[in-house]
Amino acid sequence: MTARIERPLSPHLQTYRFTLTMAMSIIHRITGVALYFGTLLLAWWLIAAASGPAAYSNVQAFTSSFIGRLIVFGYTWALMHHLLSGVRHFVWDLGYGFKANERETLTWGALIGGISLTVLLWIAAYAIGGGR
Amino acid sequence: MSTPDSQGAKSMRTPLGRVRNLGSSHSGTSDFWRQRLTAVAMVLLILPVIVVVMMLLGRNQAGAAQILGSPLVAIILLLFIVASIWHMKIGMQVVIEDYVHGEMVKLAAIMANNFFSVAVALASIYAILKLSSGV
Repeated sequence: MTARIERPLSPHLQTYRFTLTMAMSIIHRITGVALYFGTLLLAWWLIAAASGPAAYSNVQAFTSSFIGRLIVFGYTWALMHHLLSGVRHFVWDLGYGFKANERETLTWGALIGGISLTVLLWIAAYAIGGGR
Repeated sequence: MSTPDSQGAKSMRTPLGRVRNLGSSHSGTSDFWRQRLTAVAMVLLILPVIVVVMMLLGRNQAGAAQILGSPLVAIILLLFIVASIWHMKIGMQVVIEDYVHGEMVKLAAIMANNFFSVAVALASIYAILKLSSGV
């Protein structure tokens, strides 16, 4: 085997000035991982509906508890954020939106849009479901 | 997934020859394409799925089961489950490959990712099919 050559490494994250697109990049990944484990909730809910009234009331007891509601609210935001942030990545994949102002608009749009959609959905949910 | 070292001992192929055409994984850009395909599918499906979830709010099990078992709702949810689980399986594999560097731990993590994804998908699909068949 040849000896390992100590080549110069590219600078790591702390070298660069902090930017919003940088933060949104890692948030996209974090929300993706959160949604990955959040599918357990959806699966639990579907299985409970298929199992019967007792199992379903367990799910409802969880989702109407404070911690349950917080998790479902967080799940809603993660989904809406990942959705809009993903559309932003899709626009970039197609080769558009790389100018400085376009890049910032897309990024702020995804960030604010995700929060707004989450709040709107929860207002609609309380209006329809009556907070149950 | 195999490293050049693990193959290099026996193979007479050059490193370049190994990665030509579909690359070292021999699956090319299929995961990249499927990640986008399932993403666009979910963009189309998200509105119907939100409507379904809103319809279910505040209902008891009997009411929820009736809605979930109706053909259109079941088909929308089945499509969304297939698209989302496929999407998240590919996404988690990218995360694992980025952060897990030990070859054995990485293989174990990728296996666990596949097991988790298939289990969640099959459990969800089974539940919807059971609700649809009304038993």
